[in-house]
Amino acid sequence: MGDKALLIEFGNTINLDVNQKVHTLDHAISQLGLQGVEECVPTYRSLLVYYNPLKTSYEQLVFRLKDLEERLSEFSVSTRKRVIEVPVVYGGEYGPDLDYVAKHHNISGEEIIRLHSDREYTVYMIGFVAGFPYLGEVADEIATPRLKTPRLRVPAGSVGIAEKQTGIYPCESPGGWQIIGRTPLKFFDAEKHPPALIQPGNTVKFIPIEKEKFENF
Amino acid sequence: MKLCKVIKQGFFTTVQDLERCGFQRYGVPISGAMDTYAFVAANLLVGNEPNYACLEITLLGPEVEFLNDIRIAITGAALSPTINSEKVACWQTLQICKGDVLSFGRPQGGCRTYVAVSGGVDVPVVLDSRSTYVRGGFGGFRGRQLKAGDIIDAYKPSTLKSCFLMPKELIPRYSNELTIEVVLGPQSDYFTDRGLEMFLSSIYTVTNESDRMGYRLDGAKVEQKDSLDMVSDAVPVGAVQVPRSGKLIIVMRDAQTTGGYPKIAVVATFDVSRLGQAKPNDKIRFSKISSSKARTKLLEYMKTLSQMKGKLIESKM
Repeated sequence: MGDKALLIEFGNTINLDVNQKVHTLDHAISQLGLQGVEECVPTYRSLLVYYNPLKTSYEQLVFRLKDLEERLSEFSVSTRKRVIEVPVVYGGEYGPDLDYVAKHHNISGEEIIRLHSDREYTVYMIGFVAGFPYLGEVADEIATPRLKTPRLRVPAGSVGIAEKQTGIYPCESPGGWQIIGRTPLKFFDAEKHPPALIQPGNTVKFIPIEKEKFENF
Repeated sequence: MKLCKVIKQGFFTTVQDLERCGFQRYGVPISGAMDTYAFVAANLLVGNEPNYACLEITLLGPEVEFLNDIRIAITGAALSPTINSEKVACWQTLQICKGDVLSFGRPQGGCRTYVAVSGGVDVPVVLDSRSTYVRGGFGGFRGRQLKAGDIIDAYKPSTLKSCFLMPKELIPRYSNELTIEVVLGPQSDYFTDRGLEMFLSSIYTVTNESDRMGYRLDGAKVEQKDSLDMVSDAVPVGAVQVPRSGKLIIVMRDAQTTGGYPKIAVVATFDVSRLGQAKPNDKIRFSKISSSKARTKLLEYMKTLSQMKGKLIESKM
């Protein structure tokens, strides 16, 4: 892509298998420290590899990446699985759209909370704003379209749903996701190395907490 | 040491270095000087390393009072700079005395001016860079643009006693009409033949909705094939995105790192710098080059930057 990056696409769907391949290749490149690679950006379905043309040639890098792609199975996913528990207060002022989501599916708010916190989510990618993790996939029973009119301000820590994805707003920003709760965890801190609490490819599990616990966090 | 005090704010001035590398995977854009060429030149003209932090000034410059004797250089857009109301030359070393006031007048070509100071602007390193990322509120001077009353610091100036002048033939001329070289893809197959032809044959106008995040262009709509939805992926600087409206957006240095609009093409790195000098109402035309040609040109561009220092005209102070 362009003149200083290579794009490796694994598909054009939001799909765990496709995404695992992206993270495995990303992991393999960093494990092996491929010469000349400056930065990799993993996304749902592709890996963008920036390189320094003074340190490796395009042809050399293509060759090495193709080779790696064929040996992808040697780099197992399970060994690097890291689960991050994310405490969340659901509903009320912290999750103003919980009632809407419940009504939309004609089930109770409690059921939405149970379904949302019942499973582990993969961090497909980080984007939109610094530290915003795209997580998937939520149960069909709680998948909900975005707001018709996005909010101008979504508070930091807000946990939202958009179709089959769920995500966390790391800082206050505009946003159109259905906000069902909020976490007291700080997801992005530019003063830290790495700056994001979670890495692409990590796993997230939401833990429902009481409002009091949030306020005393 | 204290460098200067901002007396008037100007339109938009930030501290930038070359770029913030390695954090796009966390959603952090690369930021950095919009025009790498002029930025590097400014640093070299005061004896700095090419990546030292400078001020990046947009269209209407600020007014600053210097608080120490220091050498500076002004490059990039011609924004009619004056010291104590007297016209000064750009693209060369200038000796500043404590109390001197630098201000700017009418823009006369280009969009962004760089002011380098010997030793570099002193701001904290955040995520390996001194570049300001305003939307994220970090980097540079307190994560924001400069305001009246700000006191800016500089590192200890270099002891170099020389003055430098950029040879005339190496000073770019900023035109209101730009032809920008692009490598098609990665989603050029999302567009009809007619759409691609429109893209490569039309003249586009830079709109007012253009900043460090991206340039929105007015002009011929680029027709997409029906029913092709794209799953979001990484967006590099220089990507030309086409939303459903068909109106082009060129992604610049402070843009979000992922996005779901198909990218018809990516601007060659050298021309991303030239785009950094484009301003509202400028005209842009896109010209297609092969990716191998673009890679060759990138190497030439990197060579130009690394050899620039040796080409400066030196004189003793």
